Amino acid sequence: MITATPVSAEPTPHPEAKAVTNQLGMWTFLATEILFFGGLFVVYTLFRLTYPEIFRQGGQSMDFWLGTVNTAVLLTSSLFMALADRAVRANQRALLTRCLALTALLGLVFLGIKAYEYHGKFAEHLVPGPGFRGPPGSGPRLQIFYFLYFAMTGLHALHMLGGLAAVGWLWRLNAQGRLNSGRTEPVVIVGLYWHFVDCIWVFLYPLFYLAGR
Amino acid sequence: MKATAEPPAGDAPAPDYLSSGYSLRSWLCTLDHKRIGLLYLVSITFFFMIGAAAAAAMRVALLSPKGDLIVSDVYNRLFTLHGVLMIWFFLIPAVPNVLGNFLLPLMIGARDVAFPRLNLASWYIFMTGAALALYAILAGGVDTGWTFYTPYSSTYSNGHVMAMAAGVFIAGFSSIATGLNFIVTIHRLRAPGLTWFRLPLFVWSLYSTSIILVLATPVLALTLFLMVLERGFGVGIFDPKIGGDPLLFQHLFWFYSHPAVYVMILPGMGVVSELVACFARKPIYGYRVMAFAILAIAALGFLVWGHHMFVSSQSIYAGVVFSLLSFLVSVPSAIKVLNWTATLHRGSIRLDAPMLYALGFMGLFTVGGLTGLFLATMAVDVHLHGTYFVVAHFHYVMVGGMVMAYMGGMHYWWPKISGRMYHEWSARIAALLIFLGFNLTFFPQFILGYLGMPRRYYAYPEEFHALNVLSTAGASILGLGYLLPLIYLSWSLCRGPRAPANPWGATGLEWQTPSPPPTGNFATTPIVTEGPYAYRPEEP
Amino acid sequence: MKPAPSDSGSPPLALVFSSLLGLLALSAASSFLPPAPWKTAAGLAIAAAKTLLIALFFMRLKYRRGLIPIFAVAGLFWLGILGTLLMSDYLTRGRL
Repeated sequence: MITATPVSAEPTPHPEAKAVTNQLGMWTFLATEILFFGGLFVVYTLFRLTYPEIFRQGGQSMDFWLGTVNTAVLLTSSLFMALADRAVRANQRALLTRCLALTALLGLVFLGIKAYEYHGKFAEHLVPGPGFRGPPGSGPRLQIFYFLYFAMTGLHALHMLGGLAAVGWLWRLNAQGRLNSGRTEPVVIVGLYWHFVDCIWVFLYPLFYLAGR
Repeated sequence: MKATAEPPAGDAPAPDYLSSGYSLRSWLCTLDHKRIGLLYLVSITFFFMIGAAAAAAMRVALLSPKGDLIVSDVYNRLFTLHGVLMIWFFLIPAVPNVLGNFLLPLMIGARDVAFPRLNLASWYIFMTGAALALYAILAGGVDTGWTFYTPYSSTYSNGHVMAMAAGVFIAGFSSIATGLNFIVTIHRLRAPGLTWFRLPLFVWSLYSTSIILVLATPVLALTLFLMVLERGFGVGIFDPKIGGDPLLFQHLFWFYSHPAVYVMILPGMGVVSELVACFARKPIYGYRVMAFAILAIAALGFLVWGHHMFVSSQSIYAGVVFSLLSFLVSVPSAIKVLNWTATLHRGSIRLDAPMLYALGFMGLFTVGGLTGLFLATMAVDVHLHGTYFVVAHFHYVMVGGMVMAYMGGMHYWWPKISGRMYHEWSARIAALLIFLGFNLTFFPQFILGYLGMPRRYYAYPEEFHALNVLSTAGASILGLGYLLPLIYLSWSLCRGPRAPANPWGATGLEWQTPSPPPTGNFATTPIVTEGPYAYRPEEP
Repeated sequence: MKPAPSDSGSPPLALVFSSLLGLLALSAASSFLPPAPWKTAAGLAIAAAKTLLIALFFMRLKYRRGLIPIFAVAGLFWLGILGTLLMSDYLTRGRL
């Protein structure tokens, strides 16, 4: 290796190159999330193939309408996130504020509905463990369904909380005037994460709410 | 012919990265990859010492066949502690987070990694995980083994499983962050002219390691999460009482943990390539094959995890597939050993301390790797699984291989990191002691395993006594060998002669900048015009 | 909601969104039909279609070249390795 003609050191790469670097970083992170959630989907598949009846029973105990509404809520939040991305690239900061606020609001609605559902499961004694009481005709095996339900939707909800924190960070950046058409990266990066978490739910919906229907 | 870019005349020399700030804050809030590498160095050395102390306690206990020094419950907690700390808090971070963090930007001609703040965050995440693991140990420990097999870990164990698992879970995010950072750095921040096939093999090995870190660690995270959830609920998917499968845990666990061993060895292999080229004054034989072998080891390493489960009651047909794939993964490793040997052939070999470690690696890794083939053979593994043969095998590759490579790398790059030269003869003696002590410790264990002594046992039949005594004797020599570098390397920080930019006459961008480097690494961005390892054997 | 300005020929976000809601309605409606073996596959196929729409248009994967699509696919490929080899044990144990 030889250093030839000295070139003035560039302290940071060109802004556009930095944008690609950042996006590559986020996509790498999303690849890790694919393995993380994906592993759970593999586990789900294994048990569904082994014990199909518990998924029929479990699926029928889920609140179909709440799940469907929640899916619509998340899809809409993704729409507003995508609109936020458009807004920042078009330098429309007021629109950006509104879109971010709506994204976060819908995210909160989602979590609220999930909390209500979880409370319902607790009240109906459908939490795995010593207090579990399945419907008549079901065995202890049904707990596997609810274990998977709580594990997968619980992890998803935790990711939603992280997403909400990120959107809150974007909101603050925008309020400080630090987001504009020359500095769109934070919105793009958070958007990628938000859409990904939405995609996870898009799969959780048929696996838990449409099973057995 | 070398031309080094000089800073324009008249500029004051930039302060080196060590003297650019002495406060605690300048270290704990640093964004400089070199300082972050040193933060990791201090941390992992500390955890190594605790893990080594546990090993010493075990070896002393095993001096006598009856379990009269340590009761079985404490012994179980000791080997769990040893495994958890050594694997997750020493071996996995050692070369990537210490040497990798320090050297990667230097080797590719960059000022820093792609995401310096993420880099610092990775150290804090690592320390948080370590704190939890230490808490679990101090609160009484865990007796499940580092492998946390269910249903013992999820249902029956009385140890602090949740805290320990949480510590490892959190430390895993440090691995993911590092891997992510390295992948993006290598793709995006290479100096002009530095094409992929002009990269040093150490960089290739870091890239491959990072791919494994990024794709395997999430599965560990989910596995530990599911196990802890089951412990919390009281039942779960690993519980046979409700139709769950304990083996599912093993599948998920080993999907990560087998590639994890390649995380541990690949950076070491990268170091060995650098050392062999420099101290034989020859380009590495078959550079492109070596680079592809590094990638192949990473890829194939994901396909073999079932060889840890041959006797677990997994399907025999799956076992056959895993056995065949395990044979396959040995091929690129063997190719690397052959190529290093071919590099040595007709080279001008200098037996400096780093080279002694590299040569030691080549021999010991070969033994470890070959014995891996014994274990990959399903029929033979039926007899060897759960015996000291397995223990000897993985210590040969991880300690005889990986730790030797780490020590070699630390000595080789010590002048660059610290700006000082260490005392060469002390280093050679230490290397020799480590080599002798290591073999005396672990070779008897192959025999013990073959004769049937089970692993993780605090007491054993009288017939295994002599070999255990030999092993403990070796361990005391090994311990002395590891202690010496702590002494003379620390000593060199104050009293060692100042190191020039390139004390070994090595190729590589990291040697084109002063020792220790300035904070920004290079005064001007280097431009690369030829491949790595432009050595000629005749030149002094 | 302002009509989204179209950039480089990409479909308006409103169109993508209505497709997503339409697919959701389809899978929800299918649950009112009597149970049948094809329904699971259909539900997953619809989910995959929604994911593809989100990935291509909301995450703008359609407009990326080079490394990013490779990274996006790599995770799925590796997940495939986990799934395939894991299931190879369970499917050949003879007691499913």
